[in-house]
Amino acid sequence: MHTAQITAPGAPSRTGVWIGIATITMSFAAYTSALMVRQGNATDWHRFELPRLLFFNTLLLLASSATLAFARRRIGESWNARAGSDQLARGLAPSELTWLRVTLVLGILFLGGQLLAWRQLTGQGLYLASNPASSFFYVLTVLHALHLLGGIIGLAYADTRLRVPGTRSALSTLGSATLYWHFMDVLWLYLMFLLLVRL
Amino acid sequence: MDPSPALSVGPEQAHRVEPAHSGHGPPRGFFRKHVFSLDHKVIGRQYLDLALIAVATGMVLSWLMRFHLAFPSSPVPGLGTVAPTAAAGGIMTPELYLALMTMHGTIMVFFVLTTAPFAGFGNYVLPIQVGAEDMAFPRFNMMSFWVTFVAFLVLIAAFFVSEGPPISGWTAYAPLSALGKDAGPGLGLGQTLWAVSIAIFCVGQLLGSLNFIATTLDLRTRGMTLMRMPLSTWAWFITSIIGLIAFSVLLPACILLILDRVAGTSFFIPGGLVVSDRLQPHEGGSPLLWQHLFWFFGHPEVYIAILPGFGIVSHILPVFARKPLLGPRVVIACLVAIGFLSYTVWGHHMFLSGMNPLSATLFSVPTLVITIPATIVVLLWIGTVYGARMRFTTPALFCLGFISVFVSGGISGFFLAQPSIDTYLHGTYFVVGHFHFVMGVAAMFGIFAGTYFWFPKMFGRMMNEKLGKLHFFLTLIGVYCTFMPMHYLGLAGNVRRYSAFTDDYMAGSLPLHKFITMAALFTGAVQLIFFINLFYSRLRGPIAPANPWQATSLEWSIPSPPPFDNFGGRIPTVTHGPNEYGIEGQPDYIMQATLEDLPEHA
Amino acid sequence: MGKLLAGLLLVITGVSAAVFAARIWWLPPDISVLGVGIDRQMGETMIASGALFVLSQLVLAIFIWQSSDTSKTGPPRIFPGGATPMVVIATLLVGAEILVLTLVGTRVWGGIFLSPPDPHALAIDVQAEQFAYYFRYPGEDGQLGATHPELIDDGNNNFFGLDPANDIAARDDIVSGSLVIPVNRPILLNLHSKDVGHAFYVPDLRIQQDFVPGLNIPLQFTATQIVKKEIVCTQLCGLGHFNMRAYLDVESAEQFQQWLRDQAP
Repeated sequence: MHTAQITAPGAPSRTGVWIGIATITMSFAAYTSALMVRQGNATDWHRFELPRLLFFNTLLLLASSATLAFARRRIGESWNARAGSDQLARGLAPSELTWLRVTLVLGILFLGGQLLAWRQLTGQGLYLASNPASSFFYVLTVLHALHLLGGIIGLAYADTRLRVPGTRSALSTLGSATLYWHFMDVLWLYLMFLLLVRL
Repeated sequence: MDPSPALSVGPEQAHRVEPAHSGHGPPRGFFRKHVFSLDHKVIGRQYLDLALIAVATGMVLSWLMRFHLAFPSSPVPGLGTVAPTAAAGGIMTPELYLALMTMHGTIMVFFVLTTAPFAGFGNYVLPIQVGAEDMAFPRFNMMSFWVTFVAFLVLIAAFFVSEGPPISGWTAYAPLSALGKDAGPGLGLGQTLWAVSIAIFCVGQLLGSLNFIATTLDLRTRGMTLMRMPLSTWAWFITSIIGLIAFSVLLPACILLILDRVAGTSFFIPGGLVVSDRLQPHEGGSPLLWQHLFWFFGHPEVYIAILPGFGIVSHILPVFARKPLLGPRVVIACLVAIGFLSYTVWGHHMFLSGMNPLSATLFSVPTLVITIPATIVVLLWIGTVYGARMRFTTPALFCLGFISVFVSGGISGFFLAQPSIDTYLHGTYFVVGHFHFVMGVAAMFGIFAGTYFWFPKMFGRMMNEKLGKLHFFLTLIGVYCTFMPMHYLGLAGNVRRYSAFTDDYMAGSLPLHKFITMAALFTGAVQLIFFINLFYSRLRGPIAPANPWQATSLEWSIPSPPPFDNFGGRIPTVTHGPNEYGIEGQPDYIMQATLEDLPEHA
Repeated sequence: MGKLLAGLLLVITGVSAAVFAARIWWLPPDISVLGVGIDRQMGETMIASGALFVLSQLVLAIFIWQSSDTSKTGPPRIFPGGATPMVVIATLLVGAEILVLTLVGTRVWGGIFLSPPDPHALAIDVQAEQFAYYFRYPGEDGQLGATHPELIDDGNNNFFGLDPANDIAARDDIVSGSLVIPVNRPILLNLHSKDVGHAFYVPDLRIQQDFVPGLNIPLQFTATQIVKKEIVCTQLCGLGHFNMRAYLDVESAEQFQQWLRDQAP
């Protein structure tokens, strides 16, 4: 019997991500209710067309969740192939990490796409303070991008841990980062829905 | 299973079963040991030190305010030198008074009442009480403190900007807080720093709450079921869940406020405002939105301040009563109920805000209902005192004092929870008296109880009991003399946030204001006894044994002070609840856990 | 030590309660119709909470006193019945108090804020600004002129931003720095702010209401005595907050009419 092993090893990081998800959900709920209240009594709310690019970005992000699912399966298989050891004598080969890196690239492309979308809007003269709709658009999308950047860092960290010899806890790092990434995906879908319906 | 070579692990830890558990080895070097430490005990002490600095600052600010209220035409010695413009000749300007008030409230609520009982003691004690070597995420934990520290620096920096420190109160109601310097002195850069500081503070507390929750859920040692956790840990756990929700709403509110101030958005500023003869370039914002977001955080914040005190009292009282706490499961249920209800009552701060009058009656009901679980807990404490063989040590005295002041503060809540009475008492000193008792003084008594109780564990030395008792009795008299008369003032219609009461219907209250000021200065002076005791005992106090109070919980199974990994490479196995006091025979208590050396192989 | 603490708690409780009971500091005499209900509610709450306060401190003190008796031996006594009686007592006692207070209190609150405006009420427009109140009465036409924030000019006494040049209704509006009202007639204030949040508080009337920028908030009351009282601000509004006040001047119906005629531009 192990100490402190009421739950499986590596669980704290997974619990941590779940708590983080709760926090982020709560804060976006706060922004959402702020948006509803602000729009409710507004005479100055000017709707605007979302840049088409956002739909393409959405596809990129959805694809990245898919590739990440592949990556996790692939990496898990590679690990188990090594005689069921809890430990890796040498790190995973780049070929075993391809899907993970594709995910990373897709994530970075998404951020680049968001940047382009913001530039398109500023090109139309829509800035942060132009009107409440654009204010909320920038606040929500920028905050999502910042949170997603955290996810990219998490995946990159998992990548560095998998490349070197290590224990199964590297796998749980990947698992936690994956959970967070999928949540970012879901959060983005929610934001797209909100922006489409409300802005 | 061996730990990962990637993790630096100390020799005594090398055969520890679970490397993910601690994640760091014994600290090396001054910076790693004392400054950027990953050790929850160091971080807890850092939080407490920060709270000590903050509470001293906040207290001095309150002295200045009280002095000015009682003696508006007498110069404060030295103040004219410190602030030659804001207090020429030592007599403060109205805006300096408001700045002191704003900073007093902000410092006390955020940097004392949140950091000390929750982040401070929680960090130090919670991992030990659940039998863990450290928090779940030591790096986040370190960040949590240093982020909070930066927030404090940013707030204090507001004292030194040319436009003056913020004057919009700790609640920073928009649009006063959002308009910028047109609205008056102190509302320029100082107010921006305030908003930035609170936003940073939120990040720090979110990181802390995350750690508390994950540690409680995942790092409990063998046999430590949830129901065997000490009530202090339960309270910190519940507080961290409240904090997680509360601060994740305050953070967005602050971000939107900052954007209104610096980026020209109109989240909280409506159109058509003429400030300082200038039509403001804003439109459509909602001042009530700020109030809703703020109080959605603000009311639970009251429980963030006070629930750790509930936990500390529930934990400490049985130790000195030498009998089990009455109904520990009921206490837990009540804490959960309070935590839940705390999110349904925020509107009672806004009865007169122009919000729909119907919702006032809706908010009034849960506000009154939340007194039921609070009353149950108080009665359970009183029932625990019944038939006890009380050992009247200083921590025990502060626990008993806590019960008394919490009752006093809680009962005035009956008045304010009713919208019909609030129409009269809102915005008067009755409210000031109420919240100082219930969240200020009561929480401070919890902090004092915790300090006198855990000091021997933290520093390996006992505090002086004579000084401690003197401190307790004088403080108890002092706080009652300070805050009880505020209720009388409120009944007489004396409004708050005024820097002078000299020339209106409130002039008659001046004698009572003088009495309060005397009492406040006295209470403040009495705290010197505490400071002296703290520093003297740290250096010269008698060496503390591992378990000076004959308490049962895990922190008393290990040396004072504990080794860096808490259990010295051994594993605590929990076989009892924390409440096994007053059993027949000697000793009259059963320790929660036994420590075992690790088996060679798991 | 325990006896000392118990004694001290008793003294504190006794003195605190005595000052409340003696009403040394108490509400000023009520001068409004609705104040009667508020005062009754206040009195009932005072008695109920006062009893709870004294009772709980008393029991605490007694138990502390008993627990300091060192002559007894053997295991400590557990409270008879354990936790259950506590839960029952708290729920019944506090629950009953809540029920009564809510039922009675809601009616009082509803009387102030939820009742429809009296059709015969005298409507007065109130603007709060840093750091003054201005009160506007419709002139003989019974209509208030429209307000234009961009025309606000305190230097020329155009506090409301009226446009008398183009707006007939605005020409005979009466603007006053104090609130003059007739006694025993329902008053309906329309509260709005020029700049930041303010509040309207007259302890003698038992009412208090925030001004929220961007909102028009109705507030009604009826004064029952001919008095002169102060209106003070209770919502922090900037450096002059402590000095923001105006007079409430309750006059007889005739005096009030005379005053209106004197004010007419």
